[in-house]
Amino acid sequence: MTQETAARRHAPGRGRGLPARLLANPATALSLAFLFLVTLVVFGGEPLAPRDPNHSSLHDILVGPGGDYPLGTDGAGRDVLSRLLVATRISVLAALLALAVALLLGVAGGMLAGYYGGWFDTVSTWLTSLVMSLPAIVVLLAARAVLGPSVWLSMAIFGVILSPVFFRLVYSLVSSVREELYVDAARVSGLGDARILGRHILAVVRAPIIIQAAIVTSTAIAIQSGLEFLGLGDPSVPTWGSMLNEGFANIYRAPMLLLWPAVAIALTSVALAVLANTLRDELEGGARPAGGPQTAEDGPRETAHAPVRHRPEETGTGRELLSVRGLRVGYRTPAGVREVVHGIDLSVDRGEVHGLVGESGSGKTQTAFAVMGLLSRGGRVLAGSAVFEGNDLLAGGEADRARVRGRGIGYVPQEPMSNLDPSFTIGSQLVEPLRVCLGMDRRAARARALGLLERVGIPDPERTFSAYPHQVSGGMAQRVLIAGAVSTEPALLIADEPTTALDVTVQAEVLDLLRDLQQDLDMGVLLVTHNFGVVADLCDRVSVMRSGHIVESGPTREIFRDAEHPYTQSLLDSILDGGSARGPLAPTDRKDVDR
Amino acid sequence: MFRFALRRLISGGALLFLITTVAYALLYAGGGDIARRIMGPNATQEQVDRRAAELGLDRPLWEQYRSWLGDALTGDLGTSWFSRQPVLTEVTDRLAVTLSLVVGATVLATVLAVALGVLAAVRRGWIDRSVQVIALLGFAVPGFLIALGLVLLLAIELGWFRATGYVPLAHSPGEWLASVTLPVLALSASAVAAVAQQIRGSVIDALDRDYVRTLRSRGLGFRQVVLKHVLRNSAGPALAVLGVQFIGLLGGAVIVEQVFSIPGLGQLSVQATGNGDIPLVLGLVLVTAAIVIAVNLLIDLCQAALNPKVRLS
Repeated sequence: MTQETAARRHAPGRGRGLPARLLANPATALSLAFLFLVTLVVFGGEPLAPRDPNHSSLHDILVGPGGDYPLGTDGAGRDVLSRLLVATRISVLAALLALAVALLLGVAGGMLAGYYGGWFDTVSTWLTSLVMSLPAIVVLLAARAVLGPSVWLSMAIFGVILSPVFFRLVYSLVSSVREELYVDAARVSGLGDARILGRHILAVVRAPIIIQAAIVTSTAIAIQSGLEFLGLGDPSVPTWGSMLNEGFANIYRAPMLLLWPAVAIALTSVALAVLANTLRDELEGGARPAGGPQTAEDGPRETAHAPVRHRPEETGTGRELLSVRGLRVGYRTPAGVREVVHGIDLSVDRGEVHGLVGESGSGKTQTAFAVMGLLSRGGRVLAGSAVFEGNDLLAGGEADRARVRGRGIGYVPQEPMSNLDPSFTIGSQLVEPLRVCLGMDRRAARARALGLLERVGIPDPERTFSAYPHQVSGGMAQRVLIAGAVSTEPALLIADEPTTALDVTVQAEVLDLLRDLQQDLDMGVLLVTHNFGVVADLCDRVSVMRSGHIVESGPTREIFRDAEHPYTQSLLDSILDGGSARGPLAPTDRKDVDR
Repeated sequence: MFRFALRRLISGGALLFLITTVAYALLYAGGGDIARRIMGPNATQEQVDRRAAELGLDRPLWEQYRSWLGDALTGDLGTSWFSRQPVLTEVTDRLAVTLSLVVGATVLATVLAVALGVLAAVRRGWIDRSVQVIALLGFAVPGFLIALGLVLLLAIELGWFRATGYVPLAHSPGEWLASVTLPVLALSASAVAAVAQQIRGSVIDALDRDYVRTLRSRGLGFRQVVLKHVLRNSAGPALAVLGVQFIGLLGGAVIVEQVFSIPGLGQLSVQATGNGDIPLVLGLVLVTAAIVIAVNLLIDLCQAALNPKVRLS
């Protein structure tokens, strides 16, 4: 029974109260209502037709709506309402035929191929590219040339053409589920393949299939009406497309004839698409539109109503480079703004290395991002000031902050690989800021970038310069990022866990490099880390952060000698057990936690 | 890179061969029935047989195919049963018209889709929601309905454009533009929807990447990072969608050409189908498949060029 509950949990389709949630969305409710109406016409509309849809009366050609003919007559004197009712039945049923054929071939084939694997894969890839190499309408036209006009036949063929849609969907889902534990468990417990396929795997693929079915039906209606619109259908069978064709022939005399079939096609297609969209959001947890307006830039609007401001004069010490006062950072969530940094004070002097220490999730990184004005989407500074060289970065606009970034403040990120753009060479990523920020010409920027690469200890600068990020190691990439951060000679360097993602041996080298650069360039450094070993090695002062508060702050020596706060004490204990000054506390484990 | 291109070229050729073989088999499998359909129900069996012999339909299918293939390899795709013109001439005469529509629609769709997609991803809020609605409508409403709407509104009601007809570019560039504007607009709607949706998604994705923050931290402006780095990294998936949409545009052209009575491949396909002109239908299938395969090849090469990991291996 356990496998069954597992399979059930896996099935995204089993949301509780799904109909209620669908109806709560007005567009979806309208779509469902319209589709219900269409279904009624499909299954009960024919007897309602007041006349024979093919009976033409030569006395009543192109009669306007009203009187005997509620929607008028067409160019052959046939009753438009009767034709519309019958056409709805035929058009929708023919589209459903296409869906049925596509489902039958695609789902069955996909399940078998995905479950058994092997040569199915190759064959299906070829079949798919075969089918995908021709526009469907060209295939249907060719079939019409040989087989004659029949909306049923062409929709059955279209079903074959569409079957790869389901095949690929089901194939990929099934082959990923095949190795899941609960399927294994079912197999071990002696269930036959057929039962596993029917019971466990079908449950997983059901929701995506339903969504795709709505899209496929809408596509089938579109292509069918297109084909029939070309006038290649059977003239004795009224469809939406043939009614369009009839209306198009009389477009100058009776443009209203186009309206009814066009509205029927458009509304049905849109209703199906809306339904598919909502189902996707509901069943697959797709991205819903966020509650409020969002901008990617945490620009002026977001800091404009910061209520608390500290005057820079109050805290100025002369040597002070960066002074953060009362900083609060929050993230927008569906439940409201969640505060992650609760009003912290922090300062970095010129030429000083200030460690910001704490566990992952304590708000250290968010503090660093807030100072640079580079919070992730949805994040904003709720209150506080960050005075850098006399200017409050949080009070100014995005343009002011952009000016300070690079020349004023440099940034070394944690994860080397994801912080280099994979599509551009390392050289071009170094040269671009030099040209933009420092206004250097191409040649000078290149020379400087090469010099920097050499300075950070890269053995073959020329080669690394023209390499792409995927061609260098993580340690090299981190050196490149450090070179980039100091390339514009910032007064303050913010380094966010600069060694966490690296091998232990490389960590020491990178720390040495940072210390050398700091001394050479006399930079202030805000070093964000979880590692007291790094703090002991590098920092002049340290602030300990926990759950968005700074719990203790002071010179490194004093903190190490005499930590007041129990939390600091426990952090210190955890490294002092193990030993060396540079002994990182189990860096590889921490790395996993810290992501 | 060169080997990659060569491999894709060979598999494209194989695919084309496969398609023509399957198409030939399906189209000519009717044998004697084909001649009967051409001659109509009133012809005597003798007349039908004679016609079948004239067209070579009395030979075994395999033999017919072998001689067709031999000719096709030398550039001879046979003769139309109705116009008596060589199929290749018939097709190439119309090719430029359809390609100008489809390429025009592709360019327009790309420009609009990039603008809408990036705007939606960066601004979010109501712009995003509007783009989503536009994308949904563009995806759901068939292109030829949009074409009919455009004809009714802009050509017949307002008289701003000509409703039908095609003026060759060589004849008068201005009139050519006026004659292709509506068809191109109608044709591009669904491609705009699909590509804009993809661009929006991949730009939102790329904006969250770490390197965006790092590049901005070096003093590069947000706009510059989006236009250069984010867009470049979003180009691959968008190009893949554009490739699929191109096939859709070729299919859409069949109907749009009919609406605007434009003498392109689509109109020719409809005529050939109505007439049961099988050599011409086969020629059209072959040429359409060749275009699709060529475009897919081109897109694969662009993808490879965009992705340094592929380009350098």
